[in-house]
Amino acid sequence: MKRRDILKIGAAALVAGSLTAGTAAAQDTIKIGASAPKTGPLAGGAAVTHWPALQLWVHNVNEKGGIKVGDKQMKVELIEYDDRTSGEEAVKNIQRLATVDKADFIVAPYGTGLNLATAPLFAKYGYPQIAVTAVSDKVDESAARWPNSFWTLGTSTAFAESVADVLTTLKDAGAIGNKVAVVNVADAFGIELANAGKPALEKAGFEIVYDSSYPLGTQDLAPVISEAKNADPDAFIAFSYPPDTFGLTDQAKIAGLDVGAFYVGVATAFPAYVGKFGASAEGVLGAGGVNPDTEAMQAWYKQHQEVTGVGADYWASPVMYSSLQVLEQAIERAGTLDKAKVIEQLTNGSFDTIMGGMTFDGNVNRTFWTVGQWKDGQFHGVASTGLDGAVAPVAKTGW
Amino acid sequence: MNRPEPHEIGVGLLAALAFAGIACLPLFDDGYYLSLGVNIVMYAALCTAWTLFSGPTHYISLATAAFFGIGTYTVGIGIDTLPFWLLVAIAAVLSGFVAALVGLATLRLSGVYFVIFTLGLAELIRQIVTWVQTNFTTGIGLYVFTDFTETHIFWMLLALTAAIFLTGWAINRSRLGFAMRIIGNDETVAAHVGIDTARAKVLLFVVSGAFIGVVGAILAPRFAYIEPPSAFNPMISFQVVIMALLGGTRRLWGPLVGVIPFTIVFDAVSAQFPNHTSILMGLAFLAVVYLIPNGITGWIETAYARLRGGAAQPAGKTRWIA
Repeated sequence: MKRRDILKIGAAALVAGSLTAGTAAAQDTIKIGASAPKTGPLAGGAAVTHWPALQLWVHNVNEKGGIKVGDKQMKVELIEYDDRTSGEEAVKNIQRLATVDKADFIVAPYGTGLNLATAPLFAKYGYPQIAVTAVSDKVDESAARWPNSFWTLGTSTAFAESVADVLTTLKDAGAIGNKVAVVNVADAFGIELANAGKPALEKAGFEIVYDSSYPLGTQDLAPVISEAKNADPDAFIAFSYPPDTFGLTDQAKIAGLDVGAFYVGVATAFPAYVGKFGASAEGVLGAGGVNPDTEAMQAWYKQHQEVTGVGADYWASPVMYSSLQVLEQAIERAGTLDKAKVIEQLTNGSFDTIMGGMTFDGNVNRTFWTVGQWKDGQFHGVASTGLDGAVAPVAKTGW
Repeated sequence: MNRPEPHEIGVGLLAALAFAGIACLPLFDDGYYLSLGVNIVMYAALCTAWTLFSGPTHYISLATAAFFGIGTYTVGIGIDTLPFWLLVAIAAVLSGFVAALVGLATLRLSGVYFVIFTLGLAELIRQIVTWVQTNFTTGIGLYVFTDFTETHIFWMLLALTAAIFLTGWAINRSRLGFAMRIIGNDETVAAHVGIDTARAKVLLFVVSGAFIGVVGAILAPRFAYIEPPSAFNPMISFQVVIMALLGGTRRLWGPLVGVIPFTIVFDAVSAQFPNHTSILMGLAFLAVVYLIPNGITGWIETAYARLRGGAAQPAGKTRWIA
């Protein structure tokens, strides 16, 4: 291929871009912009939690004829960009959605860092930013700084303290003793959870017999498990990320780490987890949770599989879907695509979602699931900050 | 150092005009095109700084992410206590210092050893930063909240790019630049005529690294939230090499020719085919390496030489003239 041809293709792509942007300008659809990882380190998580839930919501809204705005039924048109898990790309994509595509609304990005990096732009252009996959102890600070931003998934401290609560329940029931091994991945969420979790465990009267961290991206987790096993704990807690959540479980199974409570972090709630470990996953505790027993949730999980072809996770997927339902209802109540009016609805309203009601208190959702446990192939919430439907945790019995 | 020649003054004036023109961009658009502009200027600065060292020496450095991350982290750690400009200066000193250490340790190595070492460097520093944060601080994400807007960042990067060009031009005219050209052509010859090759290379690596550190520092306010994986992202190192090679590293302005079309086309491709960007980019990289190994500027020069009936410049022998 000659260089001229390459340039021609490039030029054609540019022209095509401006054309498609132009034809969509006729306003009988609502343009929803979305920028999240399709490549890069966070692409795997986004492919489970972010994109399918969004796809399902667009499908459902258009299936029923659209969103009712005033006396008009408006269908939804989705504009997707890949931020390649990079801050520069994310910032540029949001700018493009706001100023070139002139999207009516923009779905919040995936991941804590990218949500914070793009927050000033959401604020600048006045878009509501309903962040889901952003767990941090700074949510209140962020909400105060950007009054157009809404935070749905909770704080790291709540997640970590709930782990101590669940272990206390198990201890009080006589299911486990008080010796705990705690490990964490040396990265943002892992460190925040460990820093909050360890004092909470000690306060609850647990003795931390092994405490260690491992670098992000560690491949060989056998030493971590064998050292933890040597400390002879009654419970094992890992504030881990998806690859190590799988790796640690694998090693624990191989080494026969027999504890009454086995907790691993992010991705325990993924369908791939039970897919890989099958019956061994029974009784494993992890971050997140849902109440999968309600009719609404059962129907939703079934539909998620049918429409998107993949299973939803038992933590952030339904929250992601709920956040879009919240946006949909806020638009309907505002009766207009005026962003400021929609934000006003979000600030004060109460919304019906597949997970039940959702309201924002100071722009932060205060009720969320914190710990779940695999039972009969489903990940049930065992602890939350005030949600209904939690089941009692049980001791893990072997692998 | 000689006085500038008349035609150089002309080029300088033209360049100054061009920079002034580009600096007006934020007056016309402060949305997407400014964002794209920031990305282009950022890579222009990174690639030109990279070419300062890698152009004349032919050493492929993958340490860009390391210096960039050091700059970003300096601002992230100090933003609540020190003024921004001081942090930018500290970032330059720190990355320059690390470049000196690395240079002293590795620049006697050649070729592939150097490439691998620099690739590992970014990862090493990322792990050290993580370790320090894990063991001595309470959190790992750093928040950088400033009043800088994209316009400010754009202007800072543009000024920095101008500074890199001026530095490159000055080096090129100095004894150091002359020495580098000889080293690039044949290191053995350079050593035999009495050039301290290691010293010259380390010096240039320090200058290049310091500039890259400053780019990272300037961009920190744009990220707002800094974590080791985003600050020390190895993709930055690779993209810089690819863009610089696409433009060609024989001339100081060569990378620009790569950066501008690459950023724009990459952006158009990822907007049109968000699900297939990786495949298309992989193909594009292969095409660049196979079809235009000396970059666009090299290709133009060869074509020009052929047109005049002269022999094409043999590959590998580099004239590096600003």
